[in-house]
Amino acid sequence: MSVEITGAEITVRCLQEEGVNCIFGYPGGAVLFLYDELFKQEKVRHILVRHEQAAVHAADGYARSSDQVGVALVTSGPGLTNAVTGIATAYMDSIPMVIISGQVPTEAIGLDAFQEVDTVGITRPCVKHNFLVKDVAELALTIKKAFYIASTGRPGPVLVDIPKDITQHKTKFVYPDKVTMRSYNPVVKGHVRQTKRAADLILSAKRPVIYSGGGVILSDASTQLIELTKLLNYPCTNTLMGLGGYPATDKQSLGMLGMHGTYEANMAMQYCDVLIAVGARFDDRVIGNPKHFSNENRKIIHIDIDPSSISKRVKVDVPIVGNVPDVLKELIKQLKENKTKSDQSALKDWWKQIDLWRARDCLKYDRESKIIKPQMVVEQLYNVTKGNAFVTSDVGQHQMWAAQFYKFDKPRRWINSGGLGTMGFGLPAAMGVQLANPKGRVACITGEASIQMCIQELSTCKQYGLPLKIINLNNRYMGMVRQWQEFFHGNRYAESYMNALPDFVKLTESYGHVGMKIERPEDVEGALKEAFKLKDQLVFMDFITDQTENVFPMVPGGKGLSEMILV
Amino acid sequence: MRHIISLLMENEAGALSRVAGLFSARGYNIESLSVAPTEDPTLSRMTLVTVGSDEVVEQVTKHLNKLIEVVKVVDLNDGCHIERELMLVKVRAQGQDREEIKRLVEIFRGCIIDVTDKSYTIELTGTSSKLDAFLETMEKSAVLETVRTGASGVGRGDWILKV
Ligand SMILES: Cc1ncc(C[n+]2csc(CCOP(=O)(O)OP(=O)(O)O)c2C)c(N)n1
Repeated sequence: MSVEITGAEITVRCLQEEGVNCIFGYPGGAVLFLYDELFKQEKVRHILVRHEQAAVHAADGYARSSDQVGVALVTSGPGLTNAVTGIATAYMDSIPMVIISGQVPTEAIGLDAFQEVDTVGITRPCVKHNFLVKDVAELALTIKKAFYIASTGRPGPVLVDIPKDITQHKTKFVYPDKVTMRSYNPVVKGHVRQTKRAADLILSAKRPVIYSGGGVILSDASTQLIELTKLLNYPCTNTLMGLGGYPATDKQSLGMLGMHGTYEANMAMQYCDVLIAVGARFDDRVIGNPKHFSNENRKIIHIDIDPSSISKRVKVDVPIVGNVPDVLKELIKQLKENKTKSDQSALKDWWKQIDLWRARDCLKYDRESKIIKPQMVVEQLYNVTKGNAFVTSDVGQHQMWAAQFYKFDKPRRWINSGGLGTMGFGLPAAMGVQLANPKGRVACITGEASIQMCIQELSTCKQYGLPLKIINLNNRYMGMVRQWQEFFHGNRYAESYMNALPDFVKLTESYGHVGMKIERPEDVEGALKEAFKLKDQLVFMDFITDQTENVFPMVPGGKGLSEMILV
Repeated sequence: MRHIISLLMENEAGALSRVAGLFSARGYNIESLSVAPTEDPTLSRMTLVTVGSDEVVEQVTKHLNKLIEVVKVVDLNDGCHIERELMLVKVRAQGQDREEIKRLVEIFRGCIIDVTDKSYTIELTGTSSKLDAFLETMEKSAVLETVRTGASGVGRGDWILKV
């Protein structure tokens, strides 16, 4: 007969059983018993952040840069509400994550108890699923389900709300090997007949494009995507979320598409005759105005795990619902067996057209500038790290320059909040990345506005010795806001100037890290090299950049992909 | 177009709010919604009436399917189906009107389930449009109160919605 243990101990044992090495959290009244149990063991490491939003972003970065489920632990009430931004961020980008939140004791629920909020209600629209545990006997199974739901199908955050008394109640601990749920059976294999249709269509193409998104990264389908693209010799473009899914330095890569995508990628998207969408969702920042997009005739094949992504914004001709790597394997097999050969002469013409578009050199910028150009900093970062770093970013112009100028050749190296666009994501996410990849070199590309949204995490970095390299592209503006105001609001820069900025060098130093201020273009490379030599230290590099620089190309909101503003 | 969607879901606290939340979050219409446990008490059966283009309703069913607690979803419009709604309606019934209303109720195959010297309470089942038709035949000022359950639907013939 096994002994009975408390709900708190059960929770920690569940985490151990799931192989969780590291969680991110912040204590409080409702989770004290949980913290007590964490204290008594060593298998699960707890990282104490300085704000719950950061706990969730860090767990998120941990998940994105590894293939594990991220875990965050927060207390009830304000702990949970602080975490909501992080949860919504993970939800929009389909990141597998389990959030454990404390709740007031069962008998106090609904009585407006101290630090009570309706956690399940507040988080319902931004989680894949959530649970309120009402009986300690169901705790272990619920946590098992949470990990299962978070990591299968289209991944996403799952929240488990545990009332304080449940963490004290005792029961026997049995961790189920697996769960089956009659209401949740994610598809894996795609429909074979659909795959055959797709193969025929692909081989009939005269102007094909492969368009791949975050689904390729999340499902680890990069190998299959490369095999497919190479087999066909077709061009491939990645979304912001899909960067690294196909190597950016390969000659078949068109770079990123979308609002700030390359000229060649957007033109190819607009004028292709067969579009092969892989783990991507045709969102508004990617295809612009869907009506304009549909003006051109093209056939669309859409491979995605989520049926509700299909024909949501754009009508699809051949949908294949399934796990991307499995579908791609089958598709590659079908293509190899297919007797038809693709039209090589048409393909040659298409590549010629693409090369003409490429010759437009849409990412050019003034390399002779006497003021630091932000693009140049990212390029130098790429050179100094030999393209091998993990790069997180915040949200704004710097994010777009990072995406355009750091050539990601591998998946899970580019970590950003694409869906929700959460400023404040970069630094805490980088902490998670560093903890998941202790040997990896981790850079956070940020702006002086974004970094201030979670700057307190410099303290966490000190406590755990996380040697992040923070690249602050300091233009003294909420640059992306300023750019829109310049283009669409008659240069009226309402509230987008960043006044009263701190001295970032001193600020960093006060947290016990190294700070650098770089003001001349000729110092950029040296500073980056020096920073990366400081292997064990966090270095905050404050690059004073050109205030007037804008991100190009740009597809203005509501416009079509071929209506880009170019430099 | 009006669609009638049937679904089976886990009979758990919160499941209903997930369905309702989905509709409000994505801006879909709910015309009516009725739900109760089935012969298997772990399952609830819901009938949802919504109005939207075919594309929108396709998205609705896909999103309903995605809800973790939803076991099965069918759009009953995809095949032949039967639907019924229950209405209780209290009407003013005095003098000559009493006979007239009784006749109307008979025509609509309803029954009068409560009587006072000033009013009748009428029970009526049928398709939603039949209930609408009944109300239309009544003089507006005579209708004192209506309670409707919203439609419940099943497929015709041997076809069943089961786990
Ligand atoms: C939490 C949050 N608030 C507001 C916004 C809107 N927003 C998008 S970009 C941006 C400016 C970011 O400025 P900065 O971090 O300095 O980056 P830059 O654009 O200058 O590179 C703002 C305010 C957002 N994305 N997230």
